[in-house]
Amino acid sequence: MIFRIFAALTALVLSSAPALAQEAGLDATINQIFADYTGWYVALIFADLPGTNFSWIALWLVVAALIFTFYFGFIQLKGFVHSIRLVRGDYSDPNDAGEVSHFQALATALSGTVGLGNIAGVAVAVSIGGPGATFWMIIAGLFGMATKFTECTLGVKYRNEYPDGTVSGGPMYYMTKGFRERGLPGGGAFAILFCIFTILGALGGGNMFQANQAHAQLAGVLGDYPGWITGVLLAGVVFAVIVGGLRSIARVTEKVVPFMGIFYVIVSIIILIVNYDEILWAFGRILEGAFTGLGVLGGFTGALIQGFRRAAFSNEAGIGSAAIAHSAVRTKEPVTEGYVALLEPFIDTVVICTMTALVIVITGVLNVDPETGLYVWNAELGRIATEGDVTGVELTSAAYAQVLPWFPVLLAIAVVLFAFSTMLSWSYYGLKAWTYIFGEGKVKEVIFKVIFCFFIIIGSAASLGPVIDFSDAMLFSMAVVNVIALYLLMPIVRGELDSYVRRLRSGEIKKYV
Amino acid sequence: MPDRIVVGFDGSPAARRALDFAVKLAQSQGASIVLAYVLEWSPYSFLSNEELAERHKRRKEEVSRAQTAVLDPVLEKLAGSGVSIEAQIRYGHSAEMLVTIARDTGATQMVVGRDGNGGLAARMFGSTAGTLVQIATLPCTIVP
Repeated sequence: MIFRIFAALTALVLSSAPALAQEAGLDATINQIFADYTGWYVALIFADLPGTNFSWIALWLVVAALIFTFYFGFIQLKGFVHSIRLVRGDYSDPNDAGEVSHFQALATALSGTVGLGNIAGVAVAVSIGGPGATFWMIIAGLFGMATKFTECTLGVKYRNEYPDGTVSGGPMYYMTKGFRERGLPGGGAFAILFCIFTILGALGGGNMFQANQAHAQLAGVLGDYPGWITGVLLAGVVFAVIVGGLRSIARVTEKVVPFMGIFYVIVSIIILIVNYDEILWAFGRILEGAFTGLGVLGGFTGALIQGFRRAAFSNEAGIGSAAIAHSAVRTKEPVTEGYVALLEPFIDTVVICTMTALVIVITGVLNVDPETGLYVWNAELGRIATEGDVTGVELTSAAYAQVLPWFPVLLAIAVVLFAFSTMLSWSYYGLKAWTYIFGEGKVKEVIFKVIFCFFIIIGSAASLGPVIDFSDAMLFSMAVVNVIALYLLMPIVRGELDSYVRRLRSGEIKKYV
Repeated sequence: MPDRIVVGFDGSPAARRALDFAVKLAQSQGASIVLAYVLEWSPYSFLSNEELAERHKRRKEEVSRAQTAVLDPVLEKLAGSGVSIEAQIRYGHSAEMLVTIARDTGATQMVVGRDGNGGLAARMFGSTAGTLVQIATLPCTIVP
């Protein structure tokens, strides 16, 4: 029955897609309708602060990260070693074997965040903000660790555990239960608002954007072909996994994606080793660029803005999605998952993003004026001039190809797999938000999943700029709602943390290993 | 203190042979038996979001299935054998967990079956017997 629905949908799209591709008219109409009705909202979310080109939403996330960092006394520095011990299982009760471990919760959450942001986003940041953007990206990633700590502690503390043993958690639960506990009004409205944004964000940033980029990358390697083909294929596989329950595919992806991530880091390290004599120079460029800009538009602020922006977009700290993934862990202390979650921005932004940036800087794909040592600014494109004037995934691809000519093919596979695993994660986040609003039930769930698959085809078939802008805006709307909730609930996290640290010191909480 | 024998048990024919052997051994020595059912598990495996959410539920189901479908019938059958038997269900790496159980219960020897044929049981008793020979800290009997 389910497969028949999908077959019918596919047939529908197949019959309309070629027409869609030929008639730019329909595309344009959709764009126009979307732009007319949602443009003001997108403009509001991505509005720049007066007199700058720094969007307030990026500042919103960075300020939140700073506040949490100070409020929890630099937990990301003081708790770093403890986090690693927790992930290693040093504090896990052996009798809990067979339950979700800290490592498993972290790995699943990471497979949702590591992806295009680390490959494409960094290239965009470095090409617009120069190498200095890397410095600010690292800083933003380091502070973002405190935000993840806060949201994931709350996610575990206020999760719902049902009589049958299943667990549901996430911002909507800490909004309702946490607000009630603190005697604050409006928790229910916050939760509903958050869920609406999550559903739309899941269809957009977690789906259409991913599908779109996956197709762009495939077309780059295989030669141009219609996007709906990628869309139908991807949608078919996602459909088989989330509706058909073909867990084996999901399991294969989950095994391949971490491997891809590790492989990406290893390849990056190899490239850095090959160019070992330039690593110090590259760090010098990054530091110098951080404070001077080295020729990019806006100089110091240009680098800062790009770095902050991309870090926020890549590690999702403050958006609330991670709190959903982390909440299933087996632990008696919610704070322990907060500790573990703070490693997420570290691995995603401080390690993986920095690798990409270093390789781009070292391989010299960004054009430098040999006389001044400054980067050559292409004012027309609004970024540093590169060979073939590429940016995004293509720039990263070009940089790695300088040392390893076969890398672009592998990168294309990696991008598709990353996009696929991000889609699976977001289909789950979206579904959780959907069932929170509409209630659980087989039919209701299938409706959402079918809608989700349909949007994959739309996402890769058309270049619906305004639609994707709108969905990105939704993703960051989640952050607006979520961060306000985090501010209101942070005293609770503080109480949890203080009590935990006290019992850790007194030896009441002990190691098992 | 009477001797204690740890028996690795998963309900397979090989495991039953091992148990029969251990019961005779226990009867002749006046020893007791610890029936250990280890469910293969690594805390470092990757699960999807859905599997994370359902893990606790699945674990409860796995444990109750192991108890009712595998251990209970055997315990019932051996109730009249005169040997005191305690059963344990644990998660982990089979061979390592058997060694841990032996240590925790103060056992003096271990008995496991071996199924030379492969198949599902081989996952536990093919490699388990082999690994156990390498890492066992106690005298260990492999029943073919």
